[in-house]
Amino acid sequence: MQLVWLVPLLPLLGFVLNGTLALTRPQAKTAVSLIGPGVLLAAFGVAIAVVKDLATPHPGAPVVVTYWDWMPVGALHISAALQVDSLSAVMILIVTGVGSLIHIFSVGYMRSDDGYARFFAYLNLFVFFMLVLVLGASFPVMFVGWEGVGLCSYLLIGFWFDVTANADAGKKAFIMNRIGDFGFLAAMFLIFQSTGALDFQSVFTAAPTAFAPGSGTITAITLFLFLGGAGKSAQIPLYTWLPDAMAGPTPVSALIHAATMVTAGVYLVARANLLFAMAPVSSAVVAGVGALTALFAATIALKQWDIKKVLAYSTVSQLGYMFIGVGTGAYAAGVFHLATHAFFKALLFLGSGSVIHAMHAAYHHTHSQEDAQDMRNMGGLRKHLPWTWALMWIATLAIAGIPPFAGFFSKDEILGAAFARGTTQPIWYVFWVFGLIGALLTAFYMTRMMLYTFHGPNRTGDQEREHLHEAPWVMTGPLVVLGILSLAGGALNLPALIGGGSWLEHWLAPVTAGSASLLPASEVSQGTEWTLIAVAVAIALIGIAGAIQLLKPASLVPARQSPAEHGFGKVLANKWYVDELYDTVVVKPIGWVSRVILWKGVDQGVIDGAGVNGSVGVSKALGWVGSKLQNGEVGFYVVLFVLGVALVLRAAIR
Amino acid sequence: MLLGPTLAVAAVLFVIGVLGVLIRRNAIIIFMCVELMLNAVNLTFIAFAQSLGVGGQIFVFFVMAVAAAEAAVGLAIVLAIYRHKETVDLRNINILKG
Repeated sequence: MQLVWLVPLLPLLGFVLNGTLALTRPQAKTAVSLIGPGVLLAAFGVAIAVVKDLATPHPGAPVVVTYWDWMPVGALHISAALQVDSLSAVMILIVTGVGSLIHIFSVGYMRSDDGYARFFAYLNLFVFFMLVLVLGASFPVMFVGWEGVGLCSYLLIGFWFDVTANADAGKKAFIMNRIGDFGFLAAMFLIFQSTGALDFQSVFTAAPTAFAPGSGTITAITLFLFLGGAGKSAQIPLYTWLPDAMAGPTPVSALIHAATMVTAGVYLVARANLLFAMAPVSSAVVAGVGALTALFAATIALKQWDIKKVLAYSTVSQLGYMFIGVGTGAYAAGVFHLATHAFFKALLFLGSGSVIHAMHAAYHHTHSQEDAQDMRNMGGLRKHLPWTWALMWIATLAIAGIPPFAGFFSKDEILGAAFARGTTQPIWYVFWVFGLIGALLTAFYMTRMMLYTFHGPNRTGDQEREHLHEAPWVMTGPLVVLGILSLAGGALNLPALIGGGSWLEHWLAPVTAGSASLLPASEVSQGTEWTLIAVAVAIALIGIAGAIQLLKPASLVPARQSPAEHGFGKVLANKWYVDELYDTVVVKPIGWVSRVILWKGVDQGVIDGAGVNGSVGVSKALGWVGSKLQNGEVGFYVVLFVLGVALVLRAAIR
Repeated sequence: MLLGPTLAVAAVLFVIGVLGVLIRRNAIIIFMCVELMLNAVNLTFIAFAQSLGVGGQIFVFFVMAVAAAEAAVGLAIVLAIYRHKETVDLRNINILKG
């Protein structure tokens, strides 16, 4: 347990080493390949040891390891401390475990990139900050990690910054996250004002006495926290940065924008579960926004052609499910979905990376300028990438919610919890219906993606076709491991209904114990539960079958020759015009204010005009008076001199 | 001692000096008026030294030394100006101005 500092420090060491190599010897790829994934695997090993330590004999009180007094301000003492409890244990295992696999994959994927060392330096730095985020024992320490992952996200989205669109996507992500960070900060101020502390244990101990359940203060705090979570986890209305974040390299999308960083908001809500349980309104908002996002993002995913964009909207949608879970009070279910989603979405992204790798290599061979990520240029890849095909189908079935794949259990648990909450608060029925429709669409668009990518005739091009090939083992290896996890990840939390032990729920019980008594008891009968499962599975099957029935990969033509979308399809393909709406409502007015008022008015008018030129004018006028006084007439000086003496004397002698 | 009359004489001398500096334009005369002012001050020092101790008299020596030095330098400057411009009228010596 005392070794817990090694877990974040190893990736930091990797960052320093890789960063040094990136600056001094960028061609030393072998060393980078060893250091980058190596430190992650070592951190994973330490994390396992730490969690094992925590688990024996069974998870109890959280262990806080304090290192130094970071911010001693008056009565407030914020320590640089790490907290290991059952929740952060789950998170560090996911971050280091899935992170290791993605690092290994990157060795193959980024091999031929000039910024290889820089890439691993950033990736290691990201993991460091992510571990600080999940291990931090107080809100400020968590916030350091929170900001750090935002920085790394920015750096990695704009990794290929020589293309303006990529750099812009990075900036967009950074700026939208600032809005969320404002919420996080405001929540911290309010928490400090009410409880006088900021470390988790003191806050959660003081919370039951400091706040009245449902009071304005606690509602404001939790809503601000959720604003932070919505920014980081790409929920309505702050989700638009995530699809653009796909400009980064695919392993980045897998690690940061699917498996770990974007789940930080869910982690935050789960971490502050006591506060959210005391604020029913906020919980309803969390679940409601989650449900809306789950449905909304799924509709957009229906009409995207870029394989990574489909997965991006799918991620936004799945994050919505997690928020339904934590908003409903099913914190364990939300974290469970976080874990399974990390497995299958990382697999999907890495699989798409494998596809893009093949497509890119083929186009590179013939110097073609076609889009390597457009599904209309793919098709029939099953023959060329059999491993990727099989593994991505596993992930697709998992995300669609087909038993016994991992996603089925977690999604079903969330929807079940929402339905059960509906028995006491009917609004949750609406969330449940949203989630159900979202599940239908999820099954549909994922099957669509698989059909267009791997099935039907190939549309890559006759010369390129022969160059399509499966990725090397360093890339497919991690896919296989993630495939196994996507297949069996449900075992983490098998529901009691089918004879499972709800292991994860028990594991997380110490963290969620405080909030359990505050939530309305909502149980449904076993029969209802079976019905719910049947409905969910039926919905998923309808989605898959519908996609197979309705979509005809054979009728597709390559992207270049494709007709434009029209009607409702065009609205979906253009993402409901939300970006355009934000541009009109937010960006343009801010641009106008900046240009007309701040630039022309304040900067040129006040600062330049009154400030700079004004002081010039004043000193010019004073200089003119002074030069007139110095007229060369000694007699005149003497008169002034005597007058001055007389005045001084007058003042001195009263 | 006659403190009052002595101070009155000193004051009159000082004012004459000031007026001379203000009114006259000849550099030499102005110099003499400055000397007059200095000596008026000296007189004041001496007068007060009678009742307040010997410090005033010491100051008078300082003033006389400085006045001598000042007269030497000042007259040298006036002489140099006269050689240059053939006048010591201050109205004509006004090239140093802003």
